[in-house]
Amino acid sequence: MSKTIHLTLKIWRQNGPGDKGRFETHPAKNISTDMSFLEMLDVVNEQLTLEDKEPIAFEHDCREGICGTCGTMVNGRAHGQLKGTTLCQLHMRHFADGDTLVIEPFRARAYPVIKDLVVDRSALDRVIQAGGYISVNTGNAPEANTLPVPQDRAERAMDAAACIGCGACVASCPNASAMLFVSAKVSQLALLPHGRPEAARRALSMVRAMDACGFGNCSNHRECEKTCPKEISIVNIARLNREYFKAAFISQEN
Amino acid sequence: MRLDAKIPAGPLPQKWDRHRFELKLVNPANKRKYDIIVVGTGLAGASASASLAELGYNVKTFCIQDSPRRAHSIAAQGGINAAKNYPNDGDSIWRLFYDTVKGGDFRAREANVYRLAQVSNWIIDQCVAQGVPFAREYGGLLANRSFGGAQLSRTFYARGQTGQQLLLGAYSALMRQVASGKVRMFPRREMLDLVVINGQARGIVARNLVSGEIERHEGHAVVLCTGGYGNVYYLSTNAKACNVTATFRAYKRGACFGNPCFTQIHPTCIPVHGTYQSKLTLMSESLRNDGRVWVPKTPGDQRKPSQIPEAERDYFLERKYPSFGNLVPRDVASRNAKEQCDQGKGVGDTGLAVFLDFSDAIKRDGRAVIEKKYGNLFQMYEKITGEDPYATPMMIYPAVHYTMGGLWVDYNLMSTIDGLYVLGEANFSDHGANRLGASALMQGLADGYFVIPYTIGGYLAGSHFAEVKNDHSAFTDSVKEVQERVTKLLAVRGRRTVDDFHRQLGLVMWDHCGMARTNEGLTTARARIQELRAEFWQNVRVPGTGRDFNQSLEKAGRVADFMEFAELLILDALARQESCGGHFNDAYQTEENEARRDDANFCHAAAWEFTGEGKDPVLHKEPLVFENVHLTQRSYK
Ligand SMILES: Cc1cc2nc3c(=O)[nH]c(=O)nc-3n(C[C@H](O)[C@H](O)[C@H](O)COP(=O)(O)OP(=O)(O)OC[C@H]3O[C@@H](n4cnc5c(N)ncnc54)[C@H](O)[C@@H]3O)c2cc1C
Ligand code: SF4
Ligand code: FES
Repeated sequence: MSKTIHLTLKIWRQNGPGDKGRFETHPAKNISTDMSFLEMLDVVNEQLTLEDKEPIAFEHDCREGICGTCGTMVNGRAHGQLKGTTLCQLHMRHFADGDTLVIEPFRARAYPVIKDLVVDRSALDRVIQAGGYISVNTGNAPEANTLPVPQDRAERAMDAAACIGCGACVASCPNASAMLFVSAKVSQLALLPHGRPEAARRALSMVRAMDACGFGNCSNHRECEKTCPKEISIVNIARLNREYFKAAFISQEN
Repeated sequence: MRLDAKIPAGPLPQKWDRHRFELKLVNPANKRKYDIIVVGTGLAGASASASLAELGYNVKTFCIQDSPRRAHSIAAQGGINAAKNYPNDGDSIWRLFYDTVKGGDFRAREANVYRLAQVSNWIIDQCVAQGVPFAREYGGLLANRSFGGAQLSRTFYARGQTGQQLLLGAYSALMRQVASGKVRMFPRREMLDLVVINGQARGIVARNLVSGEIERHEGHAVVLCTGGYGNVYYLSTNAKACNVTATFRAYKRGACFGNPCFTQIHPTCIPVHGTYQSKLTLMSESLRNDGRVWVPKTPGDQRKPSQIPEAERDYFLERKYPSFGNLVPRDVASRNAKEQCDQGKGVGDTGLAVFLDFSDAIKRDGRAVIEKKYGNLFQMYEKITGEDPYATPMMIYPAVHYTMGGLWVDYNLMSTIDGLYVLGEANFSDHGANRLGASALMQGLADGYFVIPYTIGGYLAGSHFAEVKNDHSAFTDSVKEVQERVTKLLAVRGRRTVDDFHRQLGLVMWDHCGMARTNEGLTTARARIQELRAEFWQNVRVPGTGRDFNQSLEKAGRVADFMEFAELLILDALARQESCGGHFNDAYQTEENEARRDDANFCHAAAWEFTGEGKDPVLHKEPLVFENVHLTQRSYK
């Protein structure tokens, strides 16, 4: 059953990358527990607009957990406290009347703040550009059933491919490492026969790009796996490490 | 203006081959002399950008989101069709073609649809080679499932995340070209105008959504892949940033708008639950493979579904359409759900819902099988509603989902402006008055991977281009207009928010131009929209400035365009005095309440030409000639 709750929001406001930023407190009144977290922010923003204040900038698009656009820290947790959930899928029935919520942007050296809760995650695209693909031009492909893929391998590739590129893993890692994100892509392609020919080069160059973009190293805190809304497993990181060392070894031999 | 669809001569199966042979070629060394602007990075835009760059063209690609991977295509769930006939159940290119033409209620162009079916198989090959993890059988070969409007299994899928996986495939191809320097990527940009010089599309004007700067980008051709306009209804299954701005601005520069009233209402979405609601969530059509749709037989029955015995349930789709059952096309399923609710048999708090029940499938196949097929959809449902669909039936209701209408294009996918191409959901080409499930992904990728790379070459090789720099007066004038509009929006400083207006517009559209339309309703809606638009420009409040990241300003521009476009949609609905597919006018129905077409008078595509502010647009008609299929009353019984 839906009911109505009242909350206090402590929200990070920052005008741009140059601004120092600060917390602002806003009430969120008469929030239906059937609302999503983002709908709650919409309600606050409508109010701010009518009060002649600037609404809170936050990102979103699909609002159903698939595009990876949304995401903030809520009480210190990326995408909030609920397991396997993006911020847009978090509903207000998981909060209690009178709660105070601290809402901040994802923070990492590789994510400069654009405004309020909006950060620049383009570094993740640059990491993909370094090798997160199979080099096949349009028209080059052989018939789709030429290479069979054992079902369980295909399923594991799909588990890894489910990453939505939201970048929460980085925000929750004490080292701001992007290892979970990188490993998901490397694993997906390494598990499929189509991706094997480039597996070594891919692992090396994506890890290099990750370092160059200012992401940190992985030291096994496992925070990423806990907060990942798609529950990407750190088994993928182990697989990335294997591919990486294999690749490094081969490239030394050559 | 004369509409020329440029359909190649010859028998249907040979048209595309013959046309490719007749198109002029750009020699490899010359390709680098051409700059192509692609707007949008969904399936259509990402696949087009990558493929054109691979050929050697210089491509500049734009999108609204922070990353091209986030385009709305990412949200597609159920699957993508192809005529591979792997299940050996009788599929063929011809059958996919026929099903698509019939599903579209005979309002699409035969030649385009046939080509779509022809290239469908290459798409699957291409995606598999990119590493798209499609579902597989135990033997390691690709698996298929069925979708609405077809009696066989031709849908390829990656769990309930097919769009995501296909888009990530196209995105990775795009990223590879960005790395190679052949594509320059411009994310966080919104195209606000098309620049036409000497009758040719030569560039765009876009707003940098971070700095607020109005930028000019010139090229030899412009390819719009900007998606559909379902958000004119405010509540829809589309992502929040989906808009009509790019195509509507092109319309104002001379591109005809095709069949704007052909909108699709999807039968299986999570029902509306409050006025604050910001969007609706689709529950993939693939669920209708195993879920059974029903309502209580007695109006007003408030019992829990588990307390309603079998004999008191009406599985209305199975009853009315024994051969297609729960897998009738979307327009038919939606209208039937509405009909049940109108009779007072709707369920849930609002009475605007029907059950989609998996208990039989769970009994038959076991929970594990159902979980494997639909796990993420069930989870999504539970997150939103707080109810467990394994234990109790889902409640669903139709919602705005897709737009078959879009900019009119010829066989080459070129609009009525030379050098302006339109791909994917943004064009009107292949789905007629109703799109079949799993065919939008197919069309977006067909257009981007396998059509535009050929047809654009024919245009570039056969055209003369004056040298154009971005200080040309057409650019300067356009920038000035765009800037003035931004200033005007900010200057109103009224008392209602943008969302407030958008919501009201959406209600008018849903009430009068939704699943069932009447001439009176449409006329009323037109007047309301005009009033609302006038009020918008008097009373909207857009906070902030135009010089930085301002989401209210972005939304305001889009809603302003929706306000104008909505009227065009209504005009088209009024002009089409028949029912067909998703366009259902109450006055034209068969005795069994199915859409009654009027082939004698309306067997055409409508193409609307802008004639100036405050003037009614002019309707042009492209007659649809069916040489290969016989027009019949659609029957899914
Ligand atoms: C929830 C859902 C599920 C679906 N499931 C299926 C399915 O299972 N099978 C199927 O076949 N179809 C499905 N569809 C339909 C299908 O997903 C879409 O029709 C298709 O993905 C559209 O692709 P597109 O490339 O044309 O446009 P989109 O993916 O919508 O991309 C539009 C692009 O244009 C950009 N853009 C828009 N306007 C501007 C502008 N003014 N300036 C700059 N950039 C702009 C956007 O940033 C974006 O990059 C589904 C749709 C929805 C809503
Ligand atoms: S691994 Fe998880 S947290 Fe990291 S980007 Fe992917 S989906 Fe987001
Ligand atoms: S808005 Fe798309 S994942 Fe949250």
